[in-house]
Parts: sequence; C-alpha cells; structure tokens
Amino acid sequence: MASTTTTTPRAPGSDRLRNLSLTQRILARPAAGALIIVVFVWVVFAAISLARGNTAFMGIPGTLNYLDVAAQVGIVATAVALLMIAGEFDLSIGSMVGFAGILIGIGVTIWGLPVWLSIIMAMIATTFLGVINGLIVVRTGLPSFIVTLATLFIIRGASSVLTSTVTNITYIPIDPTRIAGDPLAEFFGWSMPVSIGGQTGTLQISILIWIVIAVAGIYVLGRTRFGNWIAGVGGSAGAARNLGVPVARVKIALFAMTAFSASILAAIQSVRFNSADILRGTGIELDAITTAVIGGSLLTGGYGSVAGTALGALALGMARQGIVFADINADWYKIAIGTLLLVAVVLNNWIRRRFAGLT
Amino acid sequence: MDPTPMTDALMESTPAAAADQTPLLEARDISKYFGAVVAIEGVSLEVRAGQVTCLLGDNGAGKSTLIKTLSGVYRPDKGTLAVDGQPVEFGSPRDALDAGIATVYQDLSVMPLMSVTRNFFLGNEPTVGVGPFKRFDLPKAAGIAREEMKRIGIDVRDTDQAVGTLSGGERQTLAIARAEYFGARVLILDEPTSALGVKQSAIVLRHIVAARNRGLGVIFITHNVSHALPIGDTFTILSRGRTGGQFSRGDVDADQLHSQMGGGDELHELTRELEALAKSERRPSASTPPAPGPTVSH
Repeated sequence: MASTTTTTPRAPGSDRLRNLSLTQRILARPAAGALIIVVFVWVVFAAISLARGNTAFMGIPGTLNYLDVAAQVGIVATAVALLMIAGEFDLSIGSMVGFAGILIGIGVTIWGLPVWLSIIMAMIATTFLGVINGLIVVRTGLPSFIVTLATLFIIRGASSVLTSTVTNITYIPIDPTRIAGDPLAEFFGWSMPVSIGGQTGTLQISILIWIVIAVAGIYVLGRTRFGNWIAGVGGSAGAARNLGVPVARVKIALFAMTAFSASILAAIQSVRFNSADILRGTGIELDAITTAVIGGSLLTGGYGSVAGTALGALALGMARQGIVFADINADWYKIAIGTLLLVAVVLNNWIRRRFAGLT
Repeated sequence: MDPTPMTDALMESTPAAAADQTPLLEARDISKYFGAVVAIEGVSLEVRAGQVTCLLGDNGAGKSTLIKTLSGVYRPDKGTLAVDGQPVEFGSPRDALDAGIATVYQDLSVMPLMSVTRNFFLGNEPTVGVGPFKRFDLPKAAGIAREEMKRIGIDVRDTDQAVGTLSGGERQTLAIARAEYFGARVLILDEPTSALGVKQSAIVLRHIVAARNRGLGVIFITHNVSHALPIGDTFTILSRGRTGGQFSRGDVDADQLHSQMGGGDELHELTRELEALAKSERRPSASTPPAPGPTVSH
C-alpha cells in the first residue's frame, strides 16, 4: 500500500476518548445523583420551614433530629447497598430488627440475663440468620428476592410465636434500672445535648455509629480486595468465579453483615425505648433499598456507592422530618419518598449515560 | 479464502521447531457424558508453545464441553489430560489456572461497569499493609494495568475508566493481557470474535498472533473458518461430539474445513435451494403482479 506514509501509529481507543472537566469527573461518580437530591431536599424543606416561620429545621435541633432518622436507615442501608452491589437483595432485615429486639427483651426480662449479654446473644443469633439466608441463596440458586421474602415471613412469624409463648403479648418492656450501669446498654443509649446559636439538639449514638459504619463501608468497597470481589460478583458471578473469586463466601458474608447491622439497629431501639416490639423494623427493608437506589446502586448489581447510599439515607431522613418541621400532614411523606425515588433513578441513569459513558 | 497480507506478515515470525516440543497441554481420547447425552466422545487435542490450535465446530458440536473439560470446570468421564507431558487432573478452574491454563470466555470475561484496573486484578488484587489494614494497592495496580495494556498496544490513558467504555475487541484483548500477566502459558479463547465486527475481529486476531509469537500456546475456538485459517497452525474439527479431522496449516483450505465441520454440505444444499427459490419467484413477478391477499395456492 502506498498510502501508509507518515501517519504516526496510534493505539486504538485513544482517539475515542475525550478529556473531561473536573465537574464532569465529579458527575461521573455514582454518588453524584444522590448529592444533587440531598441538596434539593434540604433547600425545599428549608424554604418551606422558613416561609412558615420555623427555623428549627435549619438549626441544630432539626439537623440532629433528621440525622438520627437518617442514621437508623443508614446503619442497615450500608450493608444492604453492599449486598445489592453484589447482586443480591435482603427483604428480611426488617423482620430481623424485630427478632433481635425480641431476643434482647426475652434475655433481659424473662431469663434475667444482663443487657450486654442479651444484646450479644441477639447479635450472634441474628447474624446466624443472615448466614442461613446466604446459604439458601447460594445453595439453591434461587433469587434472593424470593428467599428473603420467605424468611421475612418466617422470622416475623417466629418472633410472634416466641413472644406470645413466653409473655402472651407482642411487646416486652425492659426495666430501665437494668439499663443503667450496663456497659453495652449505656453505649447504645448514649446521647448528648448540643447547643449552637441558642438552640439545643440531641446528638444520638445512632448518628456516630452510622458514620463509623458508612466510612467502613466506603473503605471496604473502595480499598479492599473484598470490595473488589463484591463488585465483581455483582457484575458477573460466573466470570468472577472463573477468575478465582470465592463467590459463595462473598455472598454469605454480605448476608451476615446485613443481618448484623439489623441487630445493631435493634439494640439502639430497644435501649432507647426500654422495650422490644415484634413490629419494630417493619418496612425498613424497603427504606434501605430505596436509599441504596437513590445512592446510585443498580438493582441488577455490579455498580453502586456506599457514600451515595449514605446521602440517600440523609435525603430520606430530611424528607421524613422536614415534613414534620414544615408542619405538613405526615401522609405526604410517602408521596415525597416515592417521587424522590423515581426522580433519583431517572437522574442516576441520565448521569451514568451522559458522564460515565455507561449504559 | 486466502490469509490476508496483514496476518501473513505476522505469521513469518513464527517460532521455529514448535513441532519438536512436548505439547503444553494435551487431551487424549476425552469423553464426557451428561446422562444419556454424549457431549464429546474420544476427542484429542494438543497445543504447543508458540502455536495456535484452532478448534472448529458448529453450534452443538461439543466445543463448550471440551473447553470446560480443558479448563477444569468438568472432569472427563474417559481419557486423560496432560500438561508438559505429565498426566494431570483438574478439580476446579483454579487448578487449571495454577497449571498456567487460562480460559477467556466470550461473554464472561470482563465486568463492563468496573474500571480497567479493577477488572485486570479481579481475584488477584495486590495488597499493601498488614492485618486489618491490608488494602487493595490501587496505585500499583493502575500502573501495572496501564503498562500491560500499552504492551499489547492499547493506550488506556485513564485506567479508572469503566471497561464498558472500551470496544468489544479491546475488552477481549484486556482479558488476554490479564491472563498472560498472571502467568498463563496456554490461552483458551472461546469464540473471541463471534460477537465482533470486522475491524474489532482484526484487533483480536492480531493479538492472538502476537501472544503466540511471545511463546504462548493458544487454543482458538471459533465457527468462523475465515478467522481461523489466517492465524491457525493446526486445525481440529469437532463434529457431533467427535473429532472430525486434524490438519496442519497449508494442508487444508476453507472449503475442506467447511465440509468437515458438517456445515459444508448444508451450505451447498442451502445455496442450491436459495437459487431455486430465487428462480421460481422471479418468474411470476416478471409477468403478472403479485396477487394480494391469501390467494396463494400450494
């Protein structure tokens, strides 16, 4: 060929890449959509509250209040997001929150165990339920949606059977004097008043636990081998297996982590309310999935963000408490969340195509 | 079809005397049954260092079963596998990998939503730190991934970019580069070009030849004779689970390969049928307009 003269050989691919600006690079992150949603929700409720003459939402009482609500969802949503990135669901976490609480209540009130021992016992038992969830999913190859829907009913039912057998009611009170002086109970019940600008809010332990769990989740997903395996397993379990990733172990570990996080939430709630109730945690599985999806995680697995999930939980907490502070009928909360979810998914899809170049 | 000039030029640097060596991987009289189904029966195949062994066969010929047996997914019911002349048994894909046999599956090799670096090191992540602070050494991994991709001729400026933004040929190439980096001596490539266009196929074929020239043994599975012929050193044909014939480069042409695959006769038949159909349809349309509605009689 005569035409092959002075053209420098160019590696294939490089001529098809554009340079991206910093803004575009930020938008290419999976958490970008959730950040936009959080800012939007805050501005909306701050504006409504201000217009109604209530500054608490923007001040420290409102902030710590919605952070506590966000934290309770965020504590479980972090593990749920990791599980979703690995391509699996857990619908049974809500019933696990109830179950773990009941175990704490029975341990303290019926068996007379110290609170710390009851909490540890509940955590071990609940984590074991997560392992069972994982084993069933891995061994049967059934969709985790179905498996954990089944265990949702089974665990919720088992909690009822357990409480009605030992107490005849679905509610177990915990004597507040048992909580005082107990190391784990004091930890999970800790709170501190914080005053800024003449207003006082309450910093709950849930917020600190949430921050620790979220930071740990970000670290695990982004910076560890296990995190790389999580994304790989969700991207394609078959390919990950061919590359030597222990797919079954990764999934079972994530189901166990999800269950463990449910037991942490149960410990916080039991100590705070001095009681256990089988209905605690009802619906939190859907809150957690909503949060993970707002945070940019794909339902199909292989892609997502723990930081985005934390932002999603924040948006959820802001919306739930913002409606209270703005003195709007609380029935509007579900409409707001449903709308947010739809907007977030559309936004996340658009961002992923437009800036990350992925479909 | 003749080999293209491009691949001919690459073929000239074939390492000599490949035929004198012990095969890197050899399958002798392998059979595999699934219940009553005979997936493969008495199939033999070998690959030597610096050779491309093409495995040709139509859909359902047993190619996938043979690959999975070679790569440790299945255990053969009869026959033996040998690596460097020594009989081996693979209990898992990991065993095959440890013996230097890496398989790149056509659609199961890379994660489109993960970055180039994360894909490259999935399952083999380098770490720094000790104990609970042991973490994925991303800067090191990114450096290696960039170098290895550059070595095989793909300039990935940003190794954080998702593999989904690479072309199909580049994704296959990434999987090949990865296998080679992690010590593969034998590459089993399962239909690497079947989902690709002409240009992308050329990229992959070029890299197969380049890998062979670096001394790897390549088993190239395809049903596309025109992709196999330019780059193959030997050709093994699989037809209905049995070895249909084994040929060396130069002893065989495209028509022979087609007919051995069991597709040749069908193709000739199809050509005749289509010609007849074209003739019979041309006749009425030339004289009378096509009748509308369901008045066509048989």
